Amino acid sequence: MAQIFHRSINLYSKASIVAVVLLGGAAFAGLFAFERSPYITYQGVTKPQPVPFSHQHHVAGLGIDCRYCHTTVETSNYASIPPTKTCMNCHSQIWTNAALLEPVRDSYRSGRSLVWSKLNDLPDYVYFNHSIHINKGVGCNTCHGPVDKMPLMYAASTLQMEWCLDCHRAPEKYLRPRDEVFNMEYKQPANGEPVSFDGKDYTDQKTLGMALVAKYHLRNVTDITSCSTCHR
Amino acid sequence: MSTDPTIALAEEDREIPVLEPGHDMASVTAKISDIVLERPLSIAWVAGVMFCSGIVLMLGTAVTYLFFKGTGIWGINIPVGWGFAIVNFVWWIGIGHAGTLISAILHLLRQSWRNSINRFAEAMTLFAVMCAGLFPLIHTGRPWLAYWMFPIPNTMSYWPQFRSPLLWDVFAVSTYGTISLVFWYTGLIPDLATLRDRASNKYIRLIYGALAMGWRGEARHWERYESAYLLLAGLSTPLVLSVHTVVSFDFAISIMPGWHTTVFPPYFVAGAIYSGFAMVLILVIPVRAVYNLRDMITEKHLDIAAKVMLATGLIVAYGYILEIYMAWYAGPKSIDWFTVHNRFFGPYAGPYWMLWVCNIITPQVLWIKSIRRSPVLLFLISLVVLGGMWLERFVIIILSLHRDFVPSSWGMYYPTKWDWMTYIGTLGLFTTMIFLFCRVLPMISIFEIRMLLPESHVKHAAESHAPAAQLEGKHL
Amino acid sequence: MAPENTKREDTCPGKKKTLDVQSLDAKALDLAAVREEIASTSGPEYWRSLEELAGSDEFREMMHREFPKGASEWLDSFSRRGFLQTMGASLALAGMTACTRQPLEQIVPYVRQPEDMIPGRPQFYASATTLGGYASPVLVESHMGRPTKIEGNPDHPASLGASDIFAQASLLNMYDPDRSQTPVYLGETRSWKNFVDQIRTRMAGQRAVEGEGFRLLTGPISSPTLANQIQALLKMYPKAKWHQYSPLHRDNVLAGSMLAFGQAVETQYRLEAADVILSLDADFLSPSFPGSARYTHDYAARRNPDAAMNRLYVVESVPSPTGVKAEHRLSLRASEVEGFARSLAASLGLGGNAADSHFLRAVADDFKAHAGSCVVIAGEQQSPEVHALAHAINAHLGNVGKTVVYTETVLANPVDQTASLRDLTQDLREKKVDVLVILDANPVYDAPADLNFADVVLNSGAGLRLHYGLHQNETAELCQWHVNAAHSLEAWSDGRTYDGSVCIIQPLIAPLYDGKSAHELVAALMGQSTLTGHDILRSYWQGQAKSADFETWWRKTVHDGFVAGTAHPAKAVTPKAGLPPLKAAAAADASTIEVSFRGDPAIYDGSFANNGWMQELPKPMSKMTWDNPGWIGPAYAARTGLKSEDMVTLEIAGRSVQVPVWIQAGHPDNAITVFLGYGRRRVGRVGNGAGFNLYAVRSSDAPWRTTAKITPLAQTYKLASTQGYQTIETATITRPVIREGSLAEYKKKPNFAQEMEDTPERNVTLYPNVDYSDPNYNKLGYAWGMTVDLGACVGCNACMIACHSENNIPVVGKPQVVVGRHMHWIRVDAYYQGDRDNPSASFQPVPCMQCENAPCELVCPVGATVHSSEGLNDMVYNRCIGTRYCSNNCPYKVRRFNFLLFQDWETPQFKMMRNPDVSIRSRGVMEKCTYCVQRITVARIDSEREERAIRDGEIQTACQQACPSNAIVFGNVNDPQSKVSKLKAQARNYSMLAELNTRPRTTYLAEVRNPNSQLESAEHAGVDSAVEQG
Repeated sequence: MAQIFHRSINLYSKASIVAVVLLGGAAFAGLFAFERSPYITYQGVTKPQPVPFSHQHHVAGLGIDCRYCHTTVETSNYASIPPTKTCMNCHSQIWTNAALLEPVRDSYRSGRSLVWSKLNDLPDYVYFNHSIHINKGVGCNTCHGPVDKMPLMYAASTLQMEWCLDCHRAPEKYLRPRDEVFNMEYKQPANGEPVSFDGKDYTDQKTLGMALVAKYHLRNVTDITSCSTCHR
Repeated sequence: MSTDPTIALAEEDREIPVLEPGHDMASVTAKISDIVLERPLSIAWVAGVMFCSGIVLMLGTAVTYLFFKGTGIWGINIPVGWGFAIVNFVWWIGIGHAGTLISAILHLLRQSWRNSINRFAEAMTLFAVMCAGLFPLIHTGRPWLAYWMFPIPNTMSYWPQFRSPLLWDVFAVSTYGTISLVFWYTGLIPDLATLRDRASNKYIRLIYGALAMGWRGEARHWERYESAYLLLAGLSTPLVLSVHTVVSFDFAISIMPGWHTTVFPPYFVAGAIYSGFAMVLILVIPVRAVYNLRDMITEKHLDIAAKVMLATGLIVAYGYILEIYMAWYAGPKSIDWFTVHNRFFGPYAGPYWMLWVCNIITPQVLWIKSIRRSPVLLFLISLVVLGGMWLERFVIIILSLHRDFVPSSWGMYYPTKWDWMTYIGTLGLFTTMIFLFCRVLPMISIFEIRMLLPESHVKHAAESHAPAAQLEGKHL
Repeated sequence: MAPENTKREDTCPGKKKTLDVQSLDAKALDLAAVREEIASTSGPEYWRSLEELAGSDEFREMMHREFPKGASEWLDSFSRRGFLQTMGASLALAGMTACTRQPLEQIVPYVRQPEDMIPGRPQFYASATTLGGYASPVLVESHMGRPTKIEGNPDHPASLGASDIFAQASLLNMYDPDRSQTPVYLGETRSWKNFVDQIRTRMAGQRAVEGEGFRLLTGPISSPTLANQIQALLKMYPKAKWHQYSPLHRDNVLAGSMLAFGQAVETQYRLEAADVILSLDADFLSPSFPGSARYTHDYAARRNPDAAMNRLYVVESVPSPTGVKAEHRLSLRASEVEGFARSLAASLGLGGNAADSHFLRAVADDFKAHAGSCVVIAGEQQSPEVHALAHAINAHLGNVGKTVVYTETVLANPVDQTASLRDLTQDLREKKVDVLVILDANPVYDAPADLNFADVVLNSGAGLRLHYGLHQNETAELCQWHVNAAHSLEAWSDGRTYDGSVCIIQPLIAPLYDGKSAHELVAALMGQSTLTGHDILRSYWQGQAKSADFETWWRKTVHDGFVAGTAHPAKAVTPKAGLPPLKAAAAADASTIEVSFRGDPAIYDGSFANNGWMQELPKPMSKMTWDNPGWIGPAYAARTGLKSEDMVTLEIAGRSVQVPVWIQAGHPDNAITVFLGYGRRRVGRVGNGAGFNLYAVRSSDAPWRTTAKITPLAQTYKLASTQGYQTIETATITRPVIREGSLAEYKKKPNFAQEMEDTPERNVTLYPNVDYSDPNYNKLGYAWGMTVDLGACVGCNACMIACHSENNIPVVGKPQVVVGRHMHWIRVDAYYQGDRDNPSASFQPVPCMQCENAPCELVCPVGATVHSSEGLNDMVYNRCIGTRYCSNNCPYKVRRFNFLLFQDWETPQFKMMRNPDVSIRSRGVMEKCTYCVQRITVARIDSEREERAIRDGEIQTACQQACPSNAIVFGNVNDPQSKVSKLKAQARNYSMLAELNTRPRTTYLAEVRNPNSQLESAEHAGVDSAVEQG
């Protein structure tokens, strides 16, 4: 009776075992990457805005402090987006008839709000509070990235839970002195350029971080990784 | 003739062999494989499959509606957070135990009578585990997130909670399912080859050929097969005990009166085997009649199965009595005593006493040999026992939950039509699988039956020495 | 974006943050947008099941036939919500990763931002809510211009920070999507302007005849401004008449005071000074009793066994929370109370002859021993004679000026409302009325049946019938004109509290539907339609203010919420000599049964009927929701064989009504108590058809008590009580979940409660034995805990509604309650012990115990419920997959599960109402009390920013804040100086189910009663046995 399978099948069947393992691994890795891709997180993705507002120009160019517009960042959970009035404070004087700014002027005239696209958007079951982070020495650009170099704004971080926990599990890695919080040029201490705090110069983040943790009474990791810290 | 299978049998059973005389290699092979290859499609079989798959459709409907609306379509509530879903889960898992017990443990014990029913039992196990596995998934409030119960690295950098018995379930059941599948399939390979060689139709030969993985029956094949099979048997043996032990932890670990008790693991396992054998009998008795396999699945098998049921049934009875005793021992003011009292006289006293009738009283007739050997009676008794075992889970879950510590929160549980549809649906799924299995695979292990033939004994003995030795090694 | 929303809601329970940012828009919030949204959501879909419940007979029938089997699918099947949740599930299933992708959201900032507004931080405004004319001072929490929560006003003596269910729930009334949204003329939508034009011509006509045919019908009014306006109105139309009617009137109180003093006075009680209190059918601890918040506070303040305890005797015809608290309770039929009062008066030497009884003698002796420091309180439903007797006794014992104070009346113009309404119907019958203006009243529904108000109004030929109110209700149906009212949170007004002090009601939000305030309507009647409510109020107070600088005075007053120094001073009155003449009371004979009418404990006179919170609020005694069964006593039930849920026909003076019965422990024999306010036809989708309308058999001559023929029907009716088993006496043992003893026992053995159950040693546990005071584990050293004083709790349910409102808890509907799926995070259990006809009863509020060894935590497979470093039992909704294992393993059964999509995700009004600081839970998710962790977090962040510790009492949980008796205390148990620690240190502090070693953070203070030794032996047998049984 003739064989139903050609002998080469033996090879294929053996190969198929390896193939299954490889494909499975690849699929898993793919999913792993996809979950963190900008498609999901919008990291580094700009969104359509009513006015092509440039942080680069206003922050780096004109040197306007973050808090001039984001007024409640030190007192509230929201940093808050400035009302049209804030724009008009200057733009009733300069660029008064720039076409780009028509939406702003229109909003001011008509009383209809500008409608911006949300960039740093946490899930609704996450309760983030700006004021406490500012207060404990987390710099604006630690999370929001080099805003002063963004002609168009985008989210610099994934804002995924693992990203949050990266800091909540070891805050000393990122802290900086309070007076540096709004400083866009701030660099973490290195041998070359130390950072002075409490009259001491620190040349590495580790020790500086520890000093800040102590100074600013940061709660323990057990505290700030309790679920109710962010979820209610 | 130390390895004469009949040695294994007790004196009075000598007259009934596990394989009726008058068979030879050819006839055995022919008889079993013809059911798959030659036997024409019978109206009855088609009708059966149609009917059962209809019930599966009902299951589909119920589950779909469940996913759309939420678990609220069931009768569950606060305090009774678990209803039919978990009852059925435990029940099916229990049934699944017979297979592995028969094929693995009895194999290690060289109980050669198992040869004629192990294939069947294993198949049944697989299908039962399939039905069981369905429930933990669908009973969750948000089934599409059930994958969070698996330790998969994720963007939340958060793991499952390893202290939870439910998580242990996930591992226990999935392991059990996998091992059973591999075990079953390994056992099938030689027979698949036989079918391949006997099949006349090209495509059928292709399929069986592919499944047979190029088995040619060389001595080398047999040698590896034996060791592999023995290895798997060794692996599955602890599982038989572990799985239902873990399942029982779902309850034993909690603090609910009626759940929080140390006797659960042993009596859950016993109960599992109890119901498993009942299910085996329920399936085997009609099958041996329909496909007239009385000569291979003899009354002796029924007899032994009945004895196993009797034994495990008594262990279960011990479990029930011990629960009552412990409650009494805890004292009349204890919550445990209240729970027992509530079972005796509470709103669900009916099911509770039913449970005693089904599980403890009825099976006592199995002390009588003539009943053990009467297929019809055994079939009926097995039905009763299966019902009883289902009731046991109902009593444990619903009766313990509906009245616990704080009287203000007491409640009742009434299953809805969706509960019933889901439960009956899984029965349909199970039988559908059995129907298909009977048609497309040899429901009795051909080569293992061959080993029961007188002429194969010498060979068999020669083969079995080595593994037997390994076995000793393992156990020392 | 329906699919977007549903995708998010079904995969991740998240609060709608979009809402706040929307609301950032324009002033307060973009009403136009919201209105559009409201318009776009065509109503009938929301709470479909409730609608069914209301409408169809099939539903009732089905309830009998196959309930509760398969009842669950009833919840909004086939409805749009049903469809959306279906879509949600399918979308979620479609892609598991897709659901982690954020939908695009928008930010809508202000154009010009109010300077005092900080986005993300709530603001609080003082205002007031009114009930039956009496105001209660409140603080309203506002998130970005949306009122989200109502609290008591701590600065006002009538509240002291506490609030009640009616004040709390009025929030939902404002957001009620079924509210009337426009003026209506003959069923057609009209504009306010259009109305004003029409009314002008009409009123001009009346002007000519001096208001000959002009009648004004209002509810009871305490608002000085409105009263002043109405006086002006009556001046303008001298021949016009002002009638007042509200079904739960206090006519008998008024008549009683006339009888005793020959003038109308307000009676106030000073319970803090009362050692012995006797209630004659007065439920003064229930929120519908004017001043109850303060009375409850003062009463509870005297329940501390370590200080001088008061003693409460209650003689009552209807089991009430007040009766539950009583040391000694005498259950009499309503008709027998007067007899008791006369006997008491006699035995105190006021003349008359005393029918002697053990109870009576004990009370009399106690009173004599406490002359000047005791008080008799008569109930609104009792006859004027009883009130007169109460006044006489109080005077006789020298209580006046000490425990009883008489003042000017709170209501602007107190009249016999029944008579007033009778006159109106008379005039209507005689076709004397041309213009009938009905202000915030609903006589067509709630007038006594014998007046046939509906027919009378229809056939009165009144040329203009105008109804003004929040709903297009039964009365609006019979009026040509309906004007939609502004809710008290939407308009300026004022009102007096029980002590006479005036509260300013200020709007928290612009009227959602351009509703008008009563002030504006009355102004319109006077042809001043251009005046705004604010102008009217200001100008009135400009006249009143004593201050030179009105502006500052006004600002301060509005800020404080009340006008300082307006509380009525005590008024010297002397009761007429002699006792009121005896009136023959119609006693029930064998063939009849005595009927008592009561307002419903939750939905009041029916005005809260469309309020889901109230409908689902378990009534204090029966734990009943969604219905108003008649109460009968166990003895009567035993005699007649009636069972709870049996239907009976009540026949009263030729009118009859069918109503189910409920066997209420402690209810007197041969009597039935029925509750008003249910069975409404036109109030909204929640209230329509719920329960049975008892106004149909209420007559004007016997509004509170009469006799009836009762005939059982051969049918039953499914009732939804949230507590099926109302005793702690189980089949085999009495579970010591609630513990109480007499003062004597307490003195003998202060820790009797602790000894009722043995508590394992702290270290007897397999759990990691966490030390919450270890700074390396818990840096700030907070360990949150709570005590609940069972002695103080009066079961008023304020905590439940407060929790509902604070934590965005959904309403599930009757069918779901029946199958045991109500969602209350804190429940108030009621337990009865001993003799069912005169049981000893207790209340026990049960929130999450926040166990240190939480059984729920170790069984959750995904770690959705875990412990925080401060010892909170965190519940992470977005992590929960809904195995319900935690609930199974919770010995206290405080966890609640979203079996179906209970939360309403579509109705825009509800989106505005929700607390943005609390996640909104979706289908398939477990939820429970978190000690208001959102409040804890805010306080902690503030304190950290200010680099200080959280002060004791700085954090109040919602339930604690609402509680009028301060029974609930929350705080840091690590701080030995905190109030909660001190209470936990007390001997009567005990843990529920301590034997399980769950180490609950919520503990209870056992109730200690102060029985009269003369009576003690006879009663409280139940309690004593319970104590022994520990």
